[in-house]
Amino acid sequence: MLRQSLCKLTRPVLTRGLANEATFDLPECKLHRFDITLPKTATLTRDDGLKYFKDMTVIRRMETAANAMYKAKEIRGFLHLYSGQEAVCVGMEAGITPTDSIITAYRDHGWAYTRGLSPSSILAELTGRSGGCQKGKGGSMHMYTETLFGGNGIVGAQVPVGAGIAFAHSYKEDGKVCIALYGDGAANQGQIFEAFNLAALFKSPCMFTCENNHYGMGTSDVRAAANPHYYTRGDAVPGIKIDGMNVLAVRDFTKAVTDWMRAGNGPVVAEVETYRYYGHSMSDPGTSYRTRDEVQEVRKTKDPITQLKSFLLEGELATNEELKEIEKECRQIVDEGVDFARTSPELEVHEMFNTIYMDMDGARIRGADATTYGIHSP
Amino acid sequence: MLCRKLLGRCALRKGEVTLQNVRTAAHFTYLPQTPNPALGDTTKLNMFQSINNAMDIAMEKDSSAVLFGEDVAFGGVFRCSLGLQDKYGSARVFNTPLTEQGIIGFGIGVAAAGTTAIAEIQFADYIFPGFDQLVNEAAKYRYRSGNEYNCGGLTVRAPWGAVGHGALYHSQSPEAFFAHCPGLKVVIPRGPTQAKGLLLSCIRDQNPCIFFEPKILYRIAAEEVPVTDYTIPLSQAEVLREGSDVTMIGWGTVVHVLLEVAQMAHDELGVSCEVIDLQTIMPYDSETIEKSVKKTGKAMVVHEAPLTQGFGAELAARLQEECFLHLEAPIQRVTGWDTPFPYIYEPFYLPDKWRCFDTVKKLVDYM
Repeated sequence: MLRQSLCKLTRPVLTRGLANEATFDLPECKLHRFDITLPKTATLTRDDGLKYFKDMTVIRRMETAANAMYKAKEIRGFLHLYSGQEAVCVGMEAGITPTDSIITAYRDHGWAYTRGLSPSSILAELTGRSGGCQKGKGGSMHMYTETLFGGNGIVGAQVPVGAGIAFAHSYKEDGKVCIALYGDGAANQGQIFEAFNLAALFKSPCMFTCENNHYGMGTSDVRAAANPHYYTRGDAVPGIKIDGMNVLAVRDFTKAVTDWMRAGNGPVVAEVETYRYYGHSMSDPGTSYRTRDEVQEVRKTKDPITQLKSFLLEGELATNEELKEIEKECRQIVDEGVDFARTSPELEVHEMFNTIYMDMDGARIRGADATTYGIHSP
Repeated sequence: MLCRKLLGRCALRKGEVTLQNVRTAAHFTYLPQTPNPALGDTTKLNMFQSINNAMDIAMEKDSSAVLFGEDVAFGGVFRCSLGLQDKYGSARVFNTPLTEQGIIGFGIGVAAAGTTAIAEIQFADYIFPGFDQLVNEAAKYRYRSGNEYNCGGLTVRAPWGAVGHGALYHSQSPEAFFAHCPGLKVVIPRGPTQAKGLLLSCIRDQNPCIFFEPKILYRIAAEEVPVTDYTIPLSQAEVLREGSDVTMIGWGTVVHVLLEVAQMAHDELGVSCEVIDLQTIMPYDSETIEKSVKKTGKAMVVHEAPLTQGFGAELAARLQEECFLHLEAPIQRVTGWDTPFPYIYEPFYLPDKWRCFDTVKKLVDYM
């Protein structure tokens, strides 16, 4: 059953016939104690539109490839796929700068990609190879760049860390903001409310962002939360609910919110409404707590890539052939990534004993039994 | 039976101490440290003042350092941060709500973003809501990111151990929980001089550190502390008294119990005890204790935390593994009992000098 609250697809309104730019109406946002002026329309340039299309398509294909590799037992352990939510990471990235900070949960492949990691390094991390972005030591849930403070395996634990990162930005007066992401399931963790309160007291520029895909593992949001209006749950912290299937809405409202935060106003709780096509993780077929029809309905009417495609076509910013060409290019990028993830050398065993501490060079770390030791290297 | 034993001990105190007095008196005598002349001028400080002094130096020399926790703005419940907000401003020294998981998670973020974070948890007993953040976030940040990220700038301070009347939730010694967690460093000082040097080391160490402060020493322990900025290396135990018959290993408050017991053993039994302050619980200095036990052949480990799975278990296991052919008696552990920390039974619970002395006798009498 698809909730009616999933916003209706905004029909793009072509106001100008320029080939390089088109303007579209933005959907309405719901606000909670938030005194902010939001844009009514969004302008999309051809270059931006094609870039978003490419990024979202790469993520979609990468997750499809990861799914297949998992089923072929080439990826083991835990795997959480981002398909369906691509407009959130691509849109939010377009609304901030690459030097702003991001911290997210375990569904982090899309964010790793938009922060600049290659599909090869992401897929090789999933297969635990040395060419992975963390040398295979983190796996699916732990990917980092200089400004991506990690995916995180503990539900909700990244949120207070995000509050701290935001505090450091305001303390250092570097003008940056932090986006701390969590899901609708994590939204019920106590430490999230602790983090809201801390950030509000210290006026830290943290955009607490609930990626509401409507299911916390196998439980729908309305069955897990007495108040499923996540944007209102910061109490004194201003809130905003954004259509997370519309990349332009995500981009422009993120920009508006982060501009407001950069002015020294403190944190915001944003709910970005989205949907995941796969199950929660690979052990969840994703069909026991929702109908196949519901998933099909979202794919048909709300899919973020299809929406962007229609913006590009109806805005006369691109032709169908061009988009097909980009899709082909994306397929090739991901195929190369899969090859790399299969062939990159396995991590050497001594790596197991390394980087536990910054120092202790040469220290003995006990291995599997009392007679086996590894030598630590910082 | 325990009761009778304690009464017996009271009698040993020459009858002038009543049971009531035993309950309220400290169970040890603080033995001040002789200052190292190489460190120059000294001033008399108790432990909360020396910790305050260490944080003052850390914040003065590192403009990125921030200090936060419950009530720290006006000094904290034990006065360790007294005057620091006046000196460094409310942007650098500030109160947090009562939110331990939040404080530690927040501290990890502050440190991960390149700032020095000193977080105070009001009592070590309150650290458990933040356990997940310490064990699953702080300890693993470096490893799981393939060394791309770390939160090495984080130091978590917490008052620790028995205080005479603390009961269940203001007396615990949770060091063993964190010693089970590679990536964290756990450090416990035995007095003002060590507290200053070790805390400065923790704050400047590029790994997340937990610094447990024996709260009974905040006021009782006073000595001449070097005025200068000095550090004491982590992961190095200190041999405080050399001996040839029995090795006694402890940390924090019990070190003073052991020093007294070593003197008693010398005077009453003619036994020569070596006393070692482990100082860093994790990663600990096994070389120093192994060397000592290979010399004495007899060892006891003393801590206030319960026996089972206390850190003494790790030390005993390591020592038997490394010193097996040198051992002349089973390694002894003198510890708190396997019960919650009791309120009115505190004198029975603690490894006091009589229990330690008894164990020395047991070790030297072992056939």
